[in-house]
Amino acid sequence: MTGSTVTGLSWNVVADLRQLMQFPFMVNALRAGTIVAVAAGALGWFMVLRRQSFAGHTLAIVSFPGAAGAILAGLSAITGYFAASVGAGLVIAAVPRSLGGRARSSESAIIGTVQAFALACGALFVSLYGGFLNGLTGLLFGSFLGISASQVLALLIVAAAALAVLALIARPLFFATVDPDVAAARGVPVRLLGAVFLVLLGCAAAEVSQITGALLVFALLVMPAATAQQITARPVVSFALTIGLGLVTVWLGLTAAYFSIYPVGFFITTFGFAGYVLAGAWRAFLWTRRRPAAAVPA
Amino acid sequence: MSSLAGLLGQPFLRYAFIAGAVIAAASGLTGYFVVLRSQVFTGDALSHVAFTGALAALAAGANLLIGLYGACIVVALAMAALGYRGQADDTVIGSVFAWILGLGALFLSIYTRSTSNGTSGVNVLFGTIFGLSATQAVTDSVVAACVCAGLILIARPLLFATIDESVASARRVPVRAIGTVFLGLVGVTAAAATQAVGALLLLGLLAAPAGAAQRLTARPFRGLWLSAAIAIFSVWTGLVISYAAPKIPPSFGILAVATGVYLIAIAFTANTNGRRA
Repeated sequence: MTGSTVTGLSWNVVADLRQLMQFPFMVNALRAGTIVAVAAGALGWFMVLRRQSFAGHTLAIVSFPGAAGAILAGLSAITGYFAASVGAGLVIAAVPRSLGGRARSSESAIIGTVQAFALACGALFVSLYGGFLNGLTGLLFGSFLGISASQVLALLIVAAAALAVLALIARPLFFATVDPDVAAARGVPVRLLGAVFLVLLGCAAAEVSQITGALLVFALLVMPAATAQQITARPVVSFALTIGLGLVTVWLGLTAAYFSIYPVGFFITTFGFAGYVLAGAWRAFLWTRRRPAAAVPA
Repeated sequence: MSSLAGLLGQPFLRYAFIAGAVIAAASGLTGYFVVLRSQVFTGDALSHVAFTGALAALAAGANLLIGLYGACIVVALAMAALGYRGQADDTVIGSVFAWILGLGALFLSIYTRSTSNGTSGVNVLFGTIFGLSATQAVTDSVVAACVCAGLILIARPLLFATIDESVASARRVPVRAIGTVFLGLVGVTAAAATQAVGALLLLGLLAAPAGAAQRLTARPFRGLWLSAAIAIFSVWTGLVISYAAPKIPPSFGILAVATGVYLIAIAFTANTNGRRA
């Protein structure tokens, strides 16, 4: 898969980095990964805080039929990713809180049906297009090969726009997330902020899909944020930590995938999950140390 | 009528119709309780596990069925054991299952690299109901029929335990054991249905007929049978659609019919709900 000049990983970090950077496709992959990690971290942090993980999961899955449909229609996959995810974000925002006012069980049945149907549509488009099995694996599980400079630019523009909007609404959105009732009473447009947020989340999901594939987007959206929110409860610190963790996860994942024969999606999910487990273990460790101190007054 | 005879004249279609119907009945019956117990995301999780289990077995050179059934049943029982004290929140479930799916991607790449069999991963994800062999069809039908029988056997106490857990346990219904048995049955169903509709889509077969049945009737046993009937109808209609238009994969036909029935059920009951509320 990699070129013949790749000799493998050594302990010489400088030589390793030079090896990593010697092909333009890898430089583009690292650039794209960096952009995606920042956007996913920022939006994912709010997503975890707002407990909208399953909305994020749905937006990510919808990007698969979007991309497959766009390829079938002769458009670029990137158009399909964004159209489907942003469109789905708008739809979720437009659907009233609980359709028909039934219990939660009915709502989760709807989400499950929508996800399965979206994936089935993807399977249909792939079958209609006929025989791009390698492309299918790429759409589902990600591929960092063949990201062009213009794609990097597109990712950068969308990410910059999404982050700019997020920066504008960050304070009221945080207020509306932490205490929606008080925020609404203070005149914050809670509903509108939620809709804008879902559209931004759709942008982030579409961006991440192009690196990790539609099925593994969730890893980059949820894992760094969940890890950071386990480590600290202070919003600004954990926000910065989320983006840092996302960057480290993506860089490590891309590097590992470059030097091995295994898919990038596996490495990114594994590093993200390892961070999450370590943070959980660290918190449990602190908890057991603090408890006896609290129980026995000195 | 002659076209129907032609349809059933082909052995692979006969297998698909028979095995598909039994698997659909099992999915409809278990799915009804999955939705009633708000365990849809457990079903989602099991579908991820089914994919990884099947590919792990293939990558290790073992029989696909061993990995599929083994992984689904073990994880279902583990979730029954862990999930009892306090519901795990969706962040934890999401993190764990994103990673499991990542592992599945790893096994997929190991398997497709070691052999030239590149389509197996796609088959596990999206199902191969037309590709069932005679022995596979018999195995799946027997397993799914056992699931149906087991579920009907525990249906009454399970319903009691689902609707009012504390009263049920006060009346000496073994709530915990029944919940565990039920999740085990869901695991077996997920494994069997993976062959028919694929790991990614079995969630639809669990959720859509059950969701539609719960919209159409509030009476539990009528809903249970209705859910199974809708599932069988979806599978059969989907198979016919896919046979008539070979470009359409059978999984899509099945899911499209199931989703359509659910949509009709929602539209049909939207008015009455509004008036009642």
